[in-house]
Amino acid sequence: MATGDVALGSAGVETSQPTPGTKEDISGATRKPVINDFNIQVATVNGSGSQSANSVLLRSIFGMGIPVSGKNLFPSNIAGLPTWFTIRASKHGYVARKKEIDVLVAMNAETAKEDILSLPSGAAAIYEDSQNLRQYRDDVVCYPVPFDKLTAAVCPEAKLRKLVKNMIYVGVVAKLISLDMKAVETALRRQFAKKQKAADLNWAAIEAGYNYASESLTKQDPFVLERMHATDGKIIIDGNAAAALGAMFAGVTVVTWYPITPSSSVVEQLIDYLKKYRVEPDGKATFAVVQAEDELAAVGMVLGAGWAGARSMTATSGPGISLMAEFTGLGYFAEIPGVIFDIQRVGPSTGLPTRTAQADLLSIAYLSHGDTKHVMLLPGSVRECFEFAQAAFDLAEHLQTPVFVLSDLDLGMNNWMSEPFEYPKKPLNRGKVLTSEDLTRLGEFARYKDVDGDAIPYRTLPGTDHPQASYFTRGSGHNEKALYTERPEDYQNLMERLNRKFETARTLVPAPVVLQTGKSKVGLIAFGTTDFAVTESRDQLKKEYGVETDYLRIRAFPFTHEVHDFVSSHDRVYVIEQNRDAQMLSLLKLDLPAEDAVRLRSVRHFNGLPIDARSVTDELILQEEI
Amino acid sequence: MATTVTKPNPKVNRLGLQVLDYRGGKTTLCAGCGHNAISERIIDALYEMGVQPERLMKLSGIGCSSKSPAYFLSRAHSFNSVHGRMPSVATGALLANKTMKALGVSGDGDTASIGVGQFIHLMRRNLPLIYIIEDNGVYGLTKGQFSATADIGSKLKTGVINDLPAIDTCALAVQLGATFVGRSFSGDKKQLLAMLKAAIAHQGTVMLDIISPCVTFNDHEGSTKSYKYMQEHEEAISEVGFVPHFEDISIEYDAGSTYDVTMHDGSHLRLRKLHEDFNPTSRVTAVKALMETHERGEVLTGVFYVDTQKPSFTDLLNLVDEPLATLPEERTRPSKQVLQEIMTRLQ
Ligand SMILES: Cc1ncc(C[n+]2csc(CCOP(=O)(O)OP(=O)(O)O)c2C)c(N)n1
Ligand code: SF4
Ligand SMILES: [Mg+2]
Repeated sequence: MATGDVALGSAGVETSQPTPGTKEDISGATRKPVINDFNIQVATVNGSGSQSANSVLLRSIFGMGIPVSGKNLFPSNIAGLPTWFTIRASKHGYVARKKEIDVLVAMNAETAKEDILSLPSGAAAIYEDSQNLRQYRDDVVCYPVPFDKLTAAVCPEAKLRKLVKNMIYVGVVAKLISLDMKAVETALRRQFAKKQKAADLNWAAIEAGYNYASESLTKQDPFVLERMHATDGKIIIDGNAAAALGAMFAGVTVVTWYPITPSSSVVEQLIDYLKKYRVEPDGKATFAVVQAEDELAAVGMVLGAGWAGARSMTATSGPGISLMAEFTGLGYFAEIPGVIFDIQRVGPSTGLPTRTAQADLLSIAYLSHGDTKHVMLLPGSVRECFEFAQAAFDLAEHLQTPVFVLSDLDLGMNNWMSEPFEYPKKPLNRGKVLTSEDLTRLGEFARYKDVDGDAIPYRTLPGTDHPQASYFTRGSGHNEKALYTERPEDYQNLMERLNRKFETARTLVPAPVVLQTGKSKVGLIAFGTTDFAVTESRDQLKKEYGVETDYLRIRAFPFTHEVHDFVSSHDRVYVIEQNRDAQMLSLLKLDLPAEDAVRLRSVRHFNGLPIDARSVTDELILQEEI
Repeated sequence: MATTVTKPNPKVNRLGLQVLDYRGGKTTLCAGCGHNAISERIIDALYEMGVQPERLMKLSGIGCSSKSPAYFLSRAHSFNSVHGRMPSVATGALLANKTMKALGVSGDGDTASIGVGQFIHLMRRNLPLIYIIEDNGVYGLTKGQFSATADIGSKLKTGVINDLPAIDTCALAVQLGATFVGRSFSGDKKQLLAMLKAAIAHQGTVMLDIISPCVTFNDHEGSTKSYKYMQEHEEAISEVGFVPHFEDISIEYDAGSTYDVTMHDGSHLRLRKLHEDFNPTSRVTAVKALMETHERGEVLTGVFYVDTQKPSFTDLLNLVDEPLATLPEERTRPSKQVLQEIMTRLQ
């Protein structure tokens, strides 16, 4: 199955199989051109080095000023298994996954038949000519290309051919979809910035592909690009790099991790940045990075460092979150800051390690035994990965508690366009920390006392030079002075204060983004990467069905009052999310008054592929009985 | 007739602090518990070495032993964490502030069972931490189940016999890279104090396994971690002497039968050899000695291994001199120009 998951049989989606008698006329002469609005899919095997070729394609389209997004669908494997890379050009700026593939580059012989069978009628397919894929589809425009022959001609060195072959398809695609070769060359030179020889060799391959297509292929499909100016000044970055940058600009000092897909590249990229920008002239580092022995140790180090006053973080994914449960409860109960990035993947258990989901909400919201709850930030763009990483450190230190940032594989590991990130406007919020001078002035210190009425106590750091500075941190019962206690009222007071602190958090976390006309009775709620599909779906609903919807994108837990207001002001509110159990809806239900909770309905998507607009639209139409 | 009673000046250490300044809360452990004796020696050692209480962090896991940081040095920050995971908490704390001294207290259950993974990696990293196992061969706090350091054949009060081999935490620590490894007995005041003082002067991971009888669950006939057994079967590898750097160090060494180690701060650890062939700088010798004594049913005590050269974990990370925790924003948040540079490259 290719990523155009029409084969999944989602309700209401046209089937991809050629239907006899309904053949489209696929000759270019009669079809209207489709400009800047189509989906290219490159089917390869992982480990074949197609990544550079794919980024050159993506970057070239971006360079032509056309909004573009790319998704890498890869197996949990190092080499030899099928991989699909889809590139969506969208003049409207839609960046959600689109199911239908318009232009297929079938480079993987093993999946080629399946790949071409999954195309919608009228699509185009580029493939190695010995494959003879034409036999399977006469309603698809076929472009056989002698890849091996072309490669051999430009690349005398046999062992490089596998890699260079990828650039041949870049050239063929470039010609067919009218990619500006200047944009292609810029993208290529950028990709091989420091490797002149490699750049030259690859450029020759691109030209060979381009020339072959010019001479031997006749354009018959309608998919073409035209220059736009919609990407001027924009950047391309993956969510994990954005989160890493956010952490660096938040002044992170202690970073711990245990490798796990799809979170590893948060820390790997952070290490690169830190080495470059956080080493002082004398060669000494203003940061420490530890690859821990497991996630228990990773989060233990985070809390140890947070306790001692550092801005500390770790990044993980579902299995790591499960291991962090006990420590997270300690962080909540003993009130210790720390930032934990969860780049969500498909669970339960090992699940589908290289597929995306939003299914860790419930387990994180209440992670650990006893009455525990945690602040979660839910970035819905690379820019928010950058900004929420910073917000997470401020909140963790201000609230003195672990703060989770829930991204996902789709956001974290794929490349996205964005406005350039803005330099933080506010200084770091290091929270309520008393110095020895403060202690002398105050004359007393009770670690867990609510002095300011916001339920956030004051703390001191180890090393504070004052005989009253110290206190005893423990995960067992403690009173305001941090002394051991099992007294019923002490315990209850503490738990109630922690609850009040959570209410304080409610007023501090990022508010939702609300788009409403005030006229619609139907509200949509989504968060994180579901936003891309919902944004596009709202346009589809309006254009195709005349249905106006209001929309609220949640950006944090606990929910701010805007969430309550939104639900209570709509008759029906659809909570759209990428998990089986309607986890966000469950969290909302727990938070909303009963008369509002009944307004909630659920749209769920959980096949491991990023949610697409059509699935949302179809499901909403079905449930709305339109 | 009036008499003036002049109070003698209380004894103070080189910081002008009294031993009282090193005390903690009142112990809630059983009377006679070995852990209490260890707390006392820790107090003495910190006092005698003149450690500024505010410059020490106390860390522990969960267990009777792990409670004991509450019973010494109230003026130091303390972190009683979760069962078996103190090494990671200590690692984080020391990375945040490498200028602090850190002392971790664990139990044999806390270390050799639930925490053995973190223990192993702590030893590997040579984190500058004094790691003490208060080793009673049982889980005291959960009322007397066997731990993984209980010797084969040792018997619980209930009659249950342990038929699995013991983990020798000292042999493990030596193999894994700890740079100061020793074993003592809570009842051996002199040896334990000397060892603790040397530990304070050391700069990498100090791993001390201190046999500490549990009087409530494991101090009976047949227990190999009882006071009686230890008194009869303890075999010291060397007599441990320690001379802090601020004391007169021009002592006569008994040539040929002592081994002198100069610690990081210039103090001297002096081992008066009881075993002719014992050399505390060889891992092979250390592990061999441990195994041989074990085979004889004896418990070897002393300092088995010292390496003052190996860089500690915080050295390896090449951190700035000041604590990372309190670096000012100018040093931890790169400039606007840096962000612009990165953004331009992403365009
Ligand atoms: C995750 C977890 N499992 C089990 C326990 C229960 N528990 C508390 S202390 C302890 C054993 C302590 O033994 P040891 O470390 O030898 O300390 P001692 O009490 O003997 O000094 C256990 C199993 C716990 N606190 N946490
Ligand atoms: S139960 Fe054993 S280990 Fe625990 S305090 Fe009592 S004597 Fe000590
Ligand atoms: Mg024990």
